[in-house]
Amino acid sequence: MAGFDKVVASYEEAMIGLEDNMTVLAGGFGLCGIPENLIAEIKRKGTKGLTVVSNNCGVDGFGLGILLEDKQITKMVSSYVGENALFEKQLLDGELEVELTPQGTLAEKMRAGGAGIPAFYTATGVGTPVAEGKETKEFNGREYLLEEAIVGDFAIVKGWKADRYGNVIYRHTAQNFNPLAATAGKITVVEVEEIVEVGELDPAQIHTPGIYVNRVVLGTFEKRIEKRTVKPTE
Amino acid sequence: MSLTREQMAQRVAQELQDGFYVNLGIGIPTLVANYIPKGMEVMLQSENGLLGMGEFPTEETIDADMINAGKQTVTTVKGASIFSSAESFAMIRGGHVDLTVLGAFEVDVNGNIASWMIPNKLIKGMGGAMDLVAGAENIIVTMTHASKGGESKLLSNCSLPLTGKGCIKKVLTDLAWLEIKDGAFVLKERAPGVSVEEIIEKTQGKLIVPDHVPEMIFSK
Repeated sequence: MAGFDKVVASYEEAMIGLEDNMTVLAGGFGLCGIPENLIAEIKRKGTKGLTVVSNNCGVDGFGLGILLEDKQITKMVSSYVGENALFEKQLLDGELEVELTPQGTLAEKMRAGGAGIPAFYTATGVGTPVAEGKETKEFNGREYLLEEAIVGDFAIVKGWKADRYGNVIYRHTAQNFNPLAATAGKITVVEVEEIVEVGELDPAQIHTPGIYVNRVVLGTFEKRIEKRTVKPTE
Repeated sequence: MSLTREQMAQRVAQELQDGFYVNLGIGIPTLVANYIPKGMEVMLQSENGLLGMGEFPTEETIDADMINAGKQTVTTVKGASIFSSAESFAMIRGGHVDLTVLGAFEVDVNGNIASWMIPNKLIKGMGGAMDLVAGAENIIVTMTHASKGGESKLLSNCSLPLTGKGCIKKVLTDLAWLEIKDGAFVLKERAPGVSVEEIIEKTQGKLIVPDHVPEMIFSK
């Protein structure tokens, strides 16, 4: 690895430096666009006490759900959870803490974290349990909540194609939270389906410029579908 | 007769306008997509990062990377765009979506909405609902008028934790179309065959009943 070359040879190398009690930001929406192999690597490493910031927490046996099996997560920051039984059990047993955060606020917290903005005001959540303990301020006659940005020790991201310089593009709605997480990790690791030659990606089409990316690793993906819906064939 | 889920979707669809960008929540709101009037152009926004959601795919075109906010596999229409979650909620919070339709447990005369949390039951989260109700100017709430046990869901004060404060102005229930104004529900239309008396009886919050309350009209 030299210069701008971000490509690492293995998943083990991709997650070097991840330690107990760190904060990990993860891209993905449901099971769409989740960094499934990087999550599997965290499971293999056995890192514990993790705070994981992700819109959801996978399902039983797949995605972030597998990190619950050995109780590696102590806190989840998410907008919607509970698609898995193990999550529910650990929550009720008090082994897992969850900080429910409105989806748009969660996205903006990551965006702000990556953009050097420590906090921002939003109308989302005013007058709800989300507002408890938060500073409010009135602008133009409307009340807003002060929400703080999030930065992760690691960001784990699933891209479609990347070049060796770490420029990334995402495929369809597998984009979701990925480019936001990518900006807000102290160490950002992107796993992709394809690594292309530098210069092959159209510069104007790049979603995540390589400046945000520390490591790129090539993987193969199951891409499990959470809710398979098809129209009836006539 | 109270409205069926399909009839509720049909009634909401009458509020669509040509050129509208619309976000439809899970459940009855999703069905509204089936009743977009012919010849009208409407773009469906899905908050996971899609503007221009199409129908479900076939077995041949299904793609794990192409889903909606309900995590269902979908397709795109011509002219669609795909973007990040931050961009998606910039559209929502920034007031760029013309109409948002979503379900609720309760609404009250002050336009408050409770739709995500029942204390002492498992809480799954608010998803994008708090951003949607905070950001949209034009929201229609679809819900049953009363619980199965007969308790009104149209209240003087929401009893459940809120999703948003003072943001709801239009409610469609299985019995009535109502607007919220100056601290009261205003009865605008009733479901075919439903009496004003039944609606009064099942509305706990202050209800203003005009002299004439027309029945909803459904084409075909």
